[in-house]
Amino acid sequence: MSQATQTSTRRDVLGTSALRPDGVAKVTGQFEFSSDLHAEHMLWGATLRSPHPYARIVNIDLSAAYKISGVEAIITAEDVPGKKTYGLISSDQPVFADQVVRYMGEPIAAVAADHPETCRRALAAIKVDYEILQPVTDAEVALLPNTMPMHPDGNLIRHQRIIAGDQNLQGEVIVEGVYEIGMQDQAFLGLEAALALPDPGGAGVEMWVATQWLHEDRKQIAACLGLPETKVRLTLGGVGGAFGAREDISLQVHCALLALRTSRPIKMQYGREESFFGHVHRHPAKIYIRHHATRTGVLQRIEAKMYFDGGAYASTSSAVLINGVTHIQGPYKCANATVDGYAVRTNNPPCGAMRGFGVVQACYAHESQMDKLAAACNLSPVEIRLINAMQTGDKLITGQVVESVAPVARCIRETDAIAMPAPLAKNADPLELVGGTGLTSLPENIVRGVGWGVSIKNLMYSESFDDFAVARCRLSDGVATLKYATVEVGQGFVVLAPQIARTILGVDEVVLDTVDTGIGSAGSTSASRQTWMSGGAVDGACRLVRQKLFEHVGAKFDIDPMRLVVEDTDIVDMIGDFRISVVEASTGVVIDETFEHHHRPTEELDADGQGNCHVAFAFVAHRAVVDVDVELGLVKVIQIATAQDVGRVLNPVAALGQIEGGIAQGLGLAIMEEIVLDNGKMRNPSFTDYLLPTALDAPKVVAVMIEEPEPQAPLGAKGIGEPPCISVTPAIAAAIRNATGKELPRVPIRPQDICL
Amino acid sequence: MSVGNEIYSLTVNGEHHQVKDAWIGESLLYVLRERLGLPGAKGACEQGECGSCTVIIDGEAVCSCLVMAATAIDSEITTVESLAKKNGLTEVQDAFITEGGVQCGFCTPGLVVAIEHLLNKNPDPSELEIKEAISGNICRCTGYGRIFEAVTTAVATRKAARN
Amino acid sequence: MSVVVPRTLTDALSAMAANPSALLLQGGTDLMVEINFNHRKPVDVIALRRVAELRAVKIDGKTISIGAGLPYQEMETGQIAQLVPALGQAARTVGSPQIRAAGSLGGNLGTCSPAGDGLPVLSALDAMINLRSASASRAVSIHEFMVGVKRNAKMPDEIIVSATMPIVRGWQGYAKVGVRNAMVISVASCCLVVDRAAGTVAVALGAVGPTVIRCRQAEQWLATKVDLKQTATIDAKLAAEFGQRVATEARPIDDHRSTADYRRHAVAKLSGRLLQRSGAQ
Repeated sequence: MSQATQTSTRRDVLGTSALRPDGVAKVTGQFEFSSDLHAEHMLWGATLRSPHPYARIVNIDLSAAYKISGVEAIITAEDVPGKKTYGLISSDQPVFADQVVRYMGEPIAAVAADHPETCRRALAAIKVDYEILQPVTDAEVALLPNTMPMHPDGNLIRHQRIIAGDQNLQGEVIVEGVYEIGMQDQAFLGLEAALALPDPGGAGVEMWVATQWLHEDRKQIAACLGLPETKVRLTLGGVGGAFGAREDISLQVHCALLALRTSRPIKMQYGREESFFGHVHRHPAKIYIRHHATRTGVLQRIEAKMYFDGGAYASTSSAVLINGVTHIQGPYKCANATVDGYAVRTNNPPCGAMRGFGVVQACYAHESQMDKLAAACNLSPVEIRLINAMQTGDKLITGQVVESVAPVARCIRETDAIAMPAPLAKNADPLELVGGTGLTSLPENIVRGVGWGVSIKNLMYSESFDDFAVARCRLSDGVATLKYATVEVGQGFVVLAPQIARTILGVDEVVLDTVDTGIGSAGSTSASRQTWMSGGAVDGACRLVRQKLFEHVGAKFDIDPMRLVVEDTDIVDMIGDFRISVVEASTGVVIDETFEHHHRPTEELDADGQGNCHVAFAFVAHRAVVDVDVELGLVKVIQIATAQDVGRVLNPVAALGQIEGGIAQGLGLAIMEEIVLDNGKMRNPSFTDYLLPTALDAPKVVAVMIEEPEPQAPLGAKGIGEPPCISVTPAIAAAIRNATGKELPRVPIRPQDICL
Repeated sequence: MSVGNEIYSLTVNGEHHQVKDAWIGESLLYVLRERLGLPGAKGACEQGECGSCTVIIDGEAVCSCLVMAATAIDSEITTVESLAKKNGLTEVQDAFITEGGVQCGFCTPGLVVAIEHLLNKNPDPSELEIKEAISGNICRCTGYGRIFEAVTTAVATRKAARN
Repeated sequence: MSVVVPRTLTDALSAMAANPSALLLQGGTDLMVEINFNHRKPVDVIALRRVAELRAVKIDGKTISIGAGLPYQEMETGQIAQLVPALGQAARTVGSPQIRAAGSLGGNLGTCSPAGDGLPVLSALDAMINLRSASASRAVSIHEFMVGVKRNAKMPDEIIVSATMPIVRGWQGYAKVGVRNAMVISVASCCLVVDRAAGTVAVALGAVGPTVIRCRQAEQWLATKVDLKQTATIDAKLAAEFGQRVATEARPIDDHRSTADYRRHAVAKLSGRLLQRSGAQ
């Protein structure tokens, strides 16, 4: 039932394009995703959700549903034995709505039955009487003094200001704008799914679940079940993508509750429509911003007001807000700032983590502003960015000094050096034109545009959070076995971890143990943090094992262990000519070490937004080339050139895959992906109407990886997951502006925004 | 079973399977995954908009989520499970691994089936033919770059094997 | 509950006569979505996928009849694409390759969504829809067949057998606007057919009204401006005015896919472009 342990035997050390150990299972259809799990005598679980964004629950009548043959249990808020609410940062979200629903899709009840269709019929038979309330769906309105709070915690989730330097400075050049970012969905393909097995007598529960962070899930599940954490055991079920949407609890508590109630295994899995309601999204944001600069384009001061719509429950909104306000200066030097940021509760769907986490919104605003500034100062987009490019040692508006390697200017220059794509041929195939097989546009209808985006992104968690990672390495008979709770969502830690072990230990064969809560936390697979954090933990555990192995060899052969090093697959004496293979040296011994990796401590921001709140930063530049049918407002992205500050490339193919994949998601936000809301109601919860980029929408990506090893990072490598999707969105928007001359203050840019 | 009493048989990967006590509304995708022990086809949209559930029916690549299983009784159904032979992976499967076409892997089985189908009909597709052929298979992780690379590699390998 | 998979039209019709409430299933690309999304609960099903007559293509000198179950992929290339180029172009824009292997004109006609890609072509060509019941056959003009949003003139005991359309001498084309470069439901679409022999033009619009819309006033206006029996270059000004006139006949709405204003604008541009393309060849 659990994922098979995975073995790889190639000599693939760090720096090579080692192959994913789960590759064969994934290409043959054998890989077990969470939705593929089964158990004997299992029942199916399903969730009843509110059709209204805001309503009082007057009555719930379960009687008709219970009469349906095959229905085994129905649970509601009153059946939650432990804590009635959960949440990543503040526990404000009910397991089931209790008396009031605050967003469309909020869970009200869950059913266990013998077949998914029986579940659907039972859900349809549950009668809920609502008193419909007027939803508040605008973040600024939600903060008005006469707006009633919709939650006991109030409508303001968090306010943070940043006050830096001269508060009255007026630049020779001032540009301003109001920018809006729509609600994006992570749209991972592998829908939410879990299997729960109850312990006899309801003493505990064992779960296989697709998540980003097993230990955090366990903490929240156990609290809601009213069980000690030790009685809740989680194993990672195969995860089909995450991008932030699996950081919050979705079906976990419901599934466990049904298992305990029925004393039978429960499988739950969402369909696509339910998935849109069942997980958090990227925060829509509205940003009012003013840049002050000298006539020559030197940035002097930023004023900004930022509103992040958190939807009905807090999720990670307060952390998203901090990322937004602290990144609003972009990768540019700026001494003075006046920033106010608000994370706000509304009756829209809850928002939380998505790749880029608050920085995507900030970047769209600051990059749009940099282009305005360039125009006002008669500079090119490249010139304005080079003039202001941040360097290591610069002080941020939070007062924090950038200690990370910061090759911002190099990212820009190397991107600029990438060859432009060939001009559109007069006889181009329709598939190369805007509209593709729709035969919408001919070459004469198309205008080409070029635009830029550059960004800064924090790595790991911030504001004093110690998101440590634990790994264990066991070496015996030439085989290294790695154990950790690091979640693989597709990003490739399963290939990186063996690369680390082979490099450090000189072994060839590395076995990956089951990923579960049977070891300490690895933290979340998010915030571009696992290469640094879990990579650091695996590296640390392997180094401890290597040290023990040296001591063992030293004692056995009477050599000072200090003189021993690993060279390829051998242990050699740096001074003498002693040499022994790692396989031979480790035969008959068992060395088992665990390492806990912590990043350096960070601080919370003070009331004026000052403090060393971030661990480290990564940078990237994007240049977009787009073709626009200006008359119809349609866009095809032709090329994305990018140079990314990666620290060190640990697996070239995997790194390129992260870059290309992130770019596609940023492209989606720029021109097609948006959850359309109408007074709190989601209008497009399906893949017919929530459009994701297809193979014919994917641009040619030309990527340069800038390798300046990061001294703070255990492997010299920075996280690379988030940066690709951040500044590509404003780069595409800028390219469309370049082609059309329109201001385009909002993403996604819709056809009517361009041509009407 | 409370909702269904259909009994029929399906021919999948050359083998006959009895389906009992089924609900009539079950899609082929559901029956393959939940009743026949063939979970290789994946469900991600239930409306033919993602291609993850692609299988071959009577020589055509279709979305199994849009096939009512009980109506496929006289068809030859081929799923991803039948592609790899005892002596190893197909060129397409192998190239997906070596070129980085796999990340989370959820779209992979559907893509592999769609591409095998393409190459069987058109052994030497152009770049645009490849893109159009897989434009119904959504991948959220890779941005498609490594997938195009994988198809190019597979085409070359197959060509070399023919010569 | 039952599933019938008839091999012949006669068998299908008797199955329907025996069970008038049975659900007719062609390619499944619409109905299975409704079932998967819990909007429809089938009890008895008659699956038409094995009825060979419904996949037949019949050509006489003047007309072509396309079986209601013929998958769109069969129309993208080959004889149909040659004889009815607009249908070939429209077929290629339907969904994805997987959808085009299953979806058919019968499905578009049965669902009768104004966004169905095949329908503007049938409208522009004044196609006749051939219906059959156990007791009778009849042919209905496409214009009378499409009654309203997702409503058509098919009687419960009838099967859509085929669509018959003329083989027209003259330029024809289909163009579509969607927010993605592949696999996208039409936000607005347009089919334009020039009949050189008759000296007429026909324009039909998709996704801008409760049903597909024929723009008869714009068609008639154009006939007064250009001799459509001659191959003539269309200047941009004329094309633009034609587009404007086409747009006034559209009846679009705002929804989650687009706005009424944009749709009206889009059909003006699409029809103008198609007209110019017709003159360029």
